[in-house]
Amino acid sequence: MIRVTNLKKNFGRLEVLRGISCQVEEQEVVVVIGPSGSGKSTFLRCLNQLEAATEGQIYINGVNITDPRTNINKVREEVGMVFQRFNLFPHKTALQNVALAPIKVKKIPPPQAEEMAMKLLTRVGLEDKAHQYPDKLSGGQQQRVAIARALAMHPKIMLFDEPTSSLDPEMVGEVLEVIRDLAREGMTMVVVTHEMGFAREVGDRVLFMDEGLIVEEGPPQELFSSPKNKRTQAFLSKIL
Amino acid sequence: MDFRWDVILNNLPLLFRGVSLTFQLTVIAVGIGTIIGLVFALMRVSHFRPLVWLAKGYIDFLRGTPLLVQISLVHYAAPQFVSQLLGRQTNWPALISAIIALSLNSGAYIAEIFRGGIQSIERGQMEAARSLGMTYGQAMRYIILPQAFRRSIPPLGNEFIAMLKDSSLVSVIALHELMMAGRVIAGRTFRPLEVYMAVAILYLLMTMTISQFVSYMERRLGKSDQSD
Ligand SMILES: Nc1ncnc2c1ncn2[C@@H]1O[C@H](COP(=O)(O)OP(=O)(O)OP(=O)(O)O)[C@@H](O)[C@H]1O
Ligand SMILES: [Mg+2]
Repeated sequence: MIRVTNLKKNFGRLEVLRGISCQVEEQEVVVVIGPSGSGKSTFLRCLNQLEAATEGQIYINGVNITDPRTNINKVREEVGMVFQRFNLFPHKTALQNVALAPIKVKKIPPPQAEEMAMKLLTRVGLEDKAHQYPDKLSGGQQQRVAIARALAMHPKIMLFDEPTSSLDPEMVGEVLEVIRDLAREGMTMVVVTHEMGFAREVGDRVLFMDEGLIVEEGPPQELFSSPKNKRTQAFLSKIL
Repeated sequence: MDFRWDVILNNLPLLFRGVSLTFQLTVIAVGIGTIIGLVFALMRVSHFRPLVWLAKGYIDFLRGTPLLVQISLVHYAAPQFVSQLLGRQTNWPALISAIIALSLNSGAYIAEIFRGGIQSIERGQMEAARSLGMTYGQAMRYIILPQAFRRSIPPLGNEFIAMLKDSSLVSVIALHELMMAGRVIAGRTFRPLEVYMAVAILYLLMTMTISQFVSYMERRLGKSDQSD
């Protein structure tokens, strides 16, 4: 479903990704961990071309998205993204946040789009907040709206960049619960997270990144309990 | 010392006509300037270098040269240029020159206001919009600009007030706005004290009314900060 070959990304002279290759299968949940600054976010953002790759190829469902001739907007309809800082549209209600892209991008008639948006909000447990503006919602609620917003485009893949890192501890659970449900329903996902318990629970595979490379990968039980690489060991001993 | 109220009272109709023209000129200039400003602000924040340079050049020229010179360029220099180009005498009325010069000038200031507004919207908004499959244009139109406009209202109010005062400069091309009305009356009555006091107070009344209106708008939008 996702195939990355020798992906490199430079910011000026800074080499942030130094040759990443990996594959994500349909319905697979891949968790990306690694120290701060190792390039996890950059990697994720390359997967929907919010960052243009410097070198290498990324195929999504067989489409080479690093090819400049590819219509990247079409690809992005299929790849939902959830950000660390939610990035809800503050001038739109929760419902409008969710319904906007289907209306404007997919040209779905507004009543229909809003009905679907309402269903999605119900699914993340926020039907009673549909007409609230984001600044009236808690962090956990905002992030759940953001997930519903991404789902409204019916993506085939979801990317999560530390979806719980800017949440108060008591709100982490409600957001993870939503992501867990998605995993159960078979959504293909790439999740950057520091929640190791969660990674262990929902991850089919864990990638450990350091200094712009995938240093080690494997099933969570293996990678967490008997990491082979020294840097993985050092990282895990610090956070577990 | 005597203050001749009758000088003011007798000339009130003329002064009010001046007020009316000054106000209309300002509304038109800021109205057209808003459209010009939006276009140049979008060019200025685009990622296409030639457009950026063009916008920068326009903005720098109009903000870096005196409005009085710009008015003279439009009213005296441009007709001469066009005449030579077409090979026959060409002219346009002072009103047209005034509208063109003031609109171009306020367009440059408003472009900078909008640019500031657009750039004050955090990057995550554009990224979230693009990640949903919106084009750059859709993201600008539905996500960035509505938020940027709201933040631009206070500085737009200031620009309106500045333009109202600066429009007095078009009196040099003999347009009968408020300043010119004052000059005419003062010349005729030899009572500059009363006349220019009256002119000043009329300008003050206009600018105060507008700033009241702007802060009312701000309060209203501030309360329902998110509503459309
Ligand atoms: N737009 C950018 N311009 C320049 N440098 C950048 C940019 N984005 C990221 N970087 C740099 O790239 C490196 C990797 O950043 P990235 O955000 O991908 O790391 P990360 O693994 O997500 O870290 P964290 O766990 O802190 O989120 C960092 O050194 C960062 O400063
Ligand atoms: Mg990151």
